[in-house]
Amino acid sequence: MTAPLLDVRGLSLSYGPVRALRGVSIDARAGEIIGIVGESGCGKSTLASALIGLPAPGATVAGEVRIAGEDFLALPEARRREWRGARVAMVFQDPMTSFNPVLTLGDQLVDFQHRSPVPRAEKRARAAAILARVGLPDPDLALRRHIHELSGGMRQRAAIAAALLMRPMLLVADEPTTALDVTMEAQIIHLLRELRAEHQGAIVVITHHLGVIGELCDRVYVMYAGEVVEEGTVDEIYHSPRHPYTRALIDCDPAHIDGPAGRLPTIPGRLPDLTGTLRGCAFQPRCPRAGPRCLALAPPRVAFGPTQAAFCHEAGR
Amino acid sequence: MSDLYRIEGLRVDLPLPGDLLSALLPIRRPRLTILDQIDLAIAPGETFGLVGESGSGKTTLARTMLGLAAPAAGRLVFRGADLTGRAAWAGLRRGSAMMFQDPVGSLSPRMRVGALVTEPLIIAGRPIADRAAEAQRLLARVGLPPGLAGRYPHELSGGQARRVCVARALALDPALIIADEPTAGLDVSIQGEILNLMADLGRDQGVGFLVITHNLAVIRHSADRIGILYLGRLVETGPAAQVFARPAHPYTASLIASEPNPDPRRRRADLAIRGEIPSLLRRPAGCPFHTRCPIAVAKCRSIDPGPRAVAPGRMVRCHLAEDIPQPRNPAEEHSR
Ligand SMILES: Nc1ncnc2c1ncn2[C@@H]1O[C@H](COP(=O)(O)OP(=O)(O)O)[C@@H](O)[C@H]1O
Ligand SMILES: Nc1ncnc2c1ncn2[C@@H]1O[C@H](COP(=O)(O)OP(=O)(O)O)[C@@H](O)[C@H]1O
Ligand code: SF4
Ligand SMILES: [Mg+2]
Ligand SMILES: [Mg+2]
Repeated sequence: MTAPLLDVRGLSLSYGPVRALRGVSIDARAGEIIGIVGESGCGKSTLASALIGLPAPGATVAGEVRIAGEDFLALPEARRREWRGARVAMVFQDPMTSFNPVLTLGDQLVDFQHRSPVPRAEKRARAAAILARVGLPDPDLALRRHIHELSGGMRQRAAIAAALLMRPMLLVADEPTTALDVTMEAQIIHLLRELRAEHQGAIVVITHHLGVIGELCDRVYVMYAGEVVEEGTVDEIYHSPRHPYTRALIDCDPAHIDGPAGRLPTIPGRLPDLTGTLRGCAFQPRCPRAGPRCLALAPPRVAFGPTQAAFCHEAGR
Repeated sequence: MSDLYRIEGLRVDLPLPGDLLSALLPIRRPRLTILDQIDLAIAPGETFGLVGESGSGKTTLARTMLGLAAPAAGRLVFRGADLTGRAAWAGLRRGSAMMFQDPVGSLSPRMRVGALVTEPLIIAGRPIADRAAEAQRLLARVGLPPGLAGRYPHELSGGQARRVCVARALALDPALIIADEPTAGLDVSIQGEILNLMADLGRDQGVGFLVITHNLAVIRHSADRIGILYLGRLVETGPAAQVFARPAHPYTASLIASEPNPDPRRRRADLAIRGEIPSLLRRPAGCPFHTRCPIAVAKCRSIDPGPRAVAPGRMVRCHLAEDIPQPRNPAEEHSR
């Protein structure tokens, strides 16, 4: 086995009193697509901000984010800026985030290559080539357009093109299909699958949608209240989830239910308050299997085979 | 006859967004047909799911049904009364309620839940003997505990806040609630809570619902009947269970097949549908879906398919409805 390309160890991040990430460890190997799934407020976007070395101003960060062995978070900001684009790039839920609305797509895609020594014409050709690669119908025309002149699906394709322009080792996509209609979502999933074959790096897909995970990912981390509660291959997570939260999340997905359901399952209760200290298991107040230990002790990591593990007192029983 | 709301041959034209000059000049701006040939009926206590991608005209249809946009042609009938005169529209306003997108954002943050749920009665000038008792009655109807009446919106969970919005919609005892994307922005863990509540209100309290969504998963388990909108036309209508099991229009079949499947053993290898929805300004000739249709033949490019019944209660606009590929059996797919 090769060393992981992305190796996150014991990552914690607080916004003042809000402890949004607590001891998160994940890894990804070259060629892998890993998924991060959980409900809103679980800390997924916060994790993404740390992966690209751009935590919100004022956030307190501890732990390591190693990319190709080097701790990204330990680098000075100037070096981090160099890394962004070349080593790690990001695609957001709202593709407008990636672009300046007053510049043409072409000018920006050329700008994004400012560290590359090649002549401007070559940069422009490369921009056109990558737009074609992500499926923009008329790339030369698209270069002269502004982002708002494109449809929602085309904007997200352009954002993916911009992210891949400098051939990053790590591509982080935070809810890349959430704002899209189902037919556009299917096309973006398809595109990411194709790109994975060419892209030498790793892709981290963050989503609250299990369908996106099932269609796209090799391995999955399930997050709850700022922690990873279960990890495994996508097949293990879907077909033999060990954490009660994973189980409940899958049960709620309408796509999981065949035929008319009568009543749809829900997870009663709400996320715990992330300020202050959490005792025991964070999922305990909502957990159908919780026992007395869950109230008092932090759950242990219980491994199920080489690839699957759950943080739960009851998982192994 | 016994329909709660019936729409016949509805067409809606809206002015094209013009430039400043045309706004100043007293010329009639060109109008664009947004909705056309819409026939639809909702029975009392029924949940009708209206599905379409963004821009297909869902919100325009809801606004037209409530008198917020004027029809260019067609008939709107609420509880047997043609919506033509003021009296008929007043009857509709009394008997219906609308839940707009992002209803939670529209809750006033400074009002307590008890005041919020009874506010529509005050706005409508409806006398209430005991506002607190009325609030309790409404909270009970949506399954919220009485203690919530004293809370502010920010003290509610996402599911509770949506229930408060449903309670507000119920305040004037409507026979019909039009809900535009009622679960948008909700996590799956509470999405079911709202869909279950709407099903209960339909079944036990006879409230009819028009649920508007771009997400098939939302109505798959909660709608009695569904209609699929494409470029302002209903291309298929029928009982939800039948349409999901055997879609009659290739667009419906593509939508169902496009839904990402959480089961990695059922991954689809090909794309269900290529291309994008054409602009309303360039509505394709013939069948409006032919530019994306996987089975289109020559006549689809020239002849607009009219509505036809393919089974009792099922309408489809497609020349080839009998030939469309059916959703594959996932078990078979896996074994190949
Ligand atoms: N910039 C910020 N300042 C303060 N709190 C934040 C900030 N960003 C996120 N949070 C809080 O951190 C928690 C995790 O949020 P987020 O990472 O956005 O979750 P997700 O992406 O899973 O929905 C939430 O409680 C959220 O309110
Ligand atoms: N007030 C308006 N004037 C002109 N065109 C409009 C207006 N409102 C909506 N449209 C157009 O009508 C079409 C349908 O819009 P809408 O009903 O909002 O669709 P949906 O709710 O399905 O996304 C879109 O092409 C939109 O641009
Ligand atoms: S009429 Fe033709 S183009 Fe239209 S949906 Fe049917 S097969 Fe496709
Ligand atoms: Mg997020
Ligand atoms: Mg709409």
